[in-house]
Amino acid sequence: MKTLTTKLFATVGLGTALLLGGCEMPPPESTQWGYRGTGMEGLYNPDTLNELDANNIVPEALPAVPAVGPKSKDVYQNVQVLGDLSVGEFTRLMAAITEWVSPEEGCNYCHVAGEGFAADTLYTKKVARVMIQMTQNANENWSQHVGGAGVTCYTCHRGKNVPEYVWNINPGHKVAGGMKNQMQNVSSVAAGLSSLPVDPFTPYLLDARNGRHAGTTALRDEGGVSLKESEWGYSLMMHFSSALGVNCTYCHNSRAFSRWEESSPQRVTAWHGIRMVREMNNDYVDPTTDWLPPHRLGKLGDAQKVNCETCHQGAYKPLLGANMIKDYPNLARLAQPEPEAPAEEASEIPEANDMADMATGGDQ
Amino acid sequence: MSMMSFEKKYRVRGGTLLGGDLFDFWVGPFYVGFFGITTLFFAVTGTALIFYGAALGDTWNIWRINIAPPDLSYGLGLAPLKEGGLWQIITICATGAFVSWILRQVEISRKLGMGLHVPFAFSFAVLAYVTLVIIRPMLLGAWGHGFPYGIMSHLDWVSNVGYQFLHFHYNPAHMLAVTFFFTTALALSMHGSLILMATNPRAGETVKTGEHENTYFRDDIGYSIGALGIHRLGTFVAISAAFWSAVCIVLSGPFWTKGWPEWWNWWLTLPIWY
Repeated sequence: MKTLTTKLFATVGLGTALLLGGCEMPPPESTQWGYRGTGMEGLYNPDTLNELDANNIVPEALPAVPAVGPKSKDVYQNVQVLGDLSVGEFTRLMAAITEWVSPEEGCNYCHVAGEGFAADTLYTKKVARVMIQMTQNANENWSQHVGGAGVTCYTCHRGKNVPEYVWNINPGHKVAGGMKNQMQNVSSVAAGLSSLPVDPFTPYLLDARNGRHAGTTALRDEGGVSLKESEWGYSLMMHFSSALGVNCTYCHNSRAFSRWEESSPQRVTAWHGIRMVREMNNDYVDPTTDWLPPHRLGKLGDAQKVNCETCHQGAYKPLLGANMIKDYPNLARLAQPEPEAPAEEASEIPEANDMADMATGGDQ
Repeated sequence: MSMMSFEKKYRVRGGTLLGGDLFDFWVGPFYVGFFGITTLFFAVTGTALIFYGAALGDTWNIWRINIAPPDLSYGLGLAPLKEGGLWQIITICATGAFVSWILRQVEISRKLGMGLHVPFAFSFAVLAYVTLVIIRPMLLGAWGHGFPYGIMSHLDWVSNVGYQFLHFHYNPAHMLAVTFFFTTALALSMHGSLILMATNPRAGETVKTGEHENTYFRDDIGYSIGALGIHRLGTFVAISAAFWSAVCIVLSGPFWTKGWPEWWNWWLTLPIWY
């Protein structure tokens, strides 16, 4: 009996130790997002927050230079996007981009030594041109999402040639012969390691699918979306959550996910964000596919695309809301575009009918 | 009030925990005792405060009355009455009433010379409540983490707290608790139907005995746990349900701040997959 008791205690003790071994220790930091008692709040491990601080240090801005003097297009050749900058500003921005994107390779990441700066030999230079336009477009036309803080190359690149968090169309995992790939029911990294669909990005951040899954009547009588399609939406939401380091209640009151009246203002920002990212992927990233080298393409031959994590990288605001654009006003608005540039197209600022959609709910 | 013939022999003095024989008497069929008085005090005060809180609110719709805990900014301090202070006092009253009731059960058990099974089992229900509104908020550092008092509002709170962890069904302790709750319901329904079958036979038949009950279950599932055993099993599954509910919510927040799906990463990274 005594041995039994000892064994029992040992087993229970070991089990508890194993269970608690994976745990964090109280108290966490907590923050309230909704009216008291609604349970809309965020809980954070202080260690995670310290890590977040350490990962979001903004590099010091290069000394500002005056916008006077000869323009870069008059001094240099083949300056298609930044031609209206003064030579000083232009050089400063090039130096900043080098520091942000290719600190190790330096100028030679985009320019071939000995060829001169004008040549478009390297694909990286052409990508840089498109990305500058994309950044300017985001800052000028998507203030509903990027707000006053704006975005720069550093927001995503953080000293890396390619931003750490990008995505390709997911061809799916291997399945047994004769079975259809359901594109779900495996641990999905995109969906926060849940078993939700493995590629929520293609339908929402590339294709213009809406996330209107909640019915407006008690019993859904017509049309609507399938359960599987609804799970794409949930999968995308899991991505939002891990990309921003927030839980569902940051934007939603879960008693009625679809109702804008009960959602927090952040949800409106996210709504614009979906459309901004969609435009980035379709108008800027996708056209580069034709001339990108194969090692920059995904398994299905598509270019590496943008999602929430590309900029946010685990923070509710990229770089924890630091304003870098004030130091680099040349990226804040669209430069004089080249004739065939897509930046000329009307941006998708929600118009009256979009706003009506938002009021009647549904779009998650 | 009339008393049943056998009742007199159970109405014995003594066995009290507090107050000696001061409140050791009955009012009609009800034993009073010191903890009967405190139960009554806390219950009446708490209920009155709930009515006061409802009167301060904007609705008398029974479903929508809501008495919310304070903002998180008050931490573990006291909040003004109308900004969560009421919730705090009601919580004290509720806990006082529930604990008093446990102790009253203890006194009655002692009078009857029986074990403390009833107060022991009931205390797990109280533990679950206390975990939600006292232990977890203290571990998280603010009373605002408690659930609001209201029929719909507390359900909304449950929903949102679940979504704070992205998908609460991945919480292993929640899985256990849910399983125990369902098992409790299954065991109770099986037991209840068996008892009805035995004691309420069709017209003209005699009441069945334990042999019938055992035989029925041996035929049905190959095993009969027995008349005493089913009550032990029932106690175990019911207590486990309440216990693991308390565990699943106290883990969420104080001991785990991320999504519950992510917790299962240890499974995905087991060396057996490589």
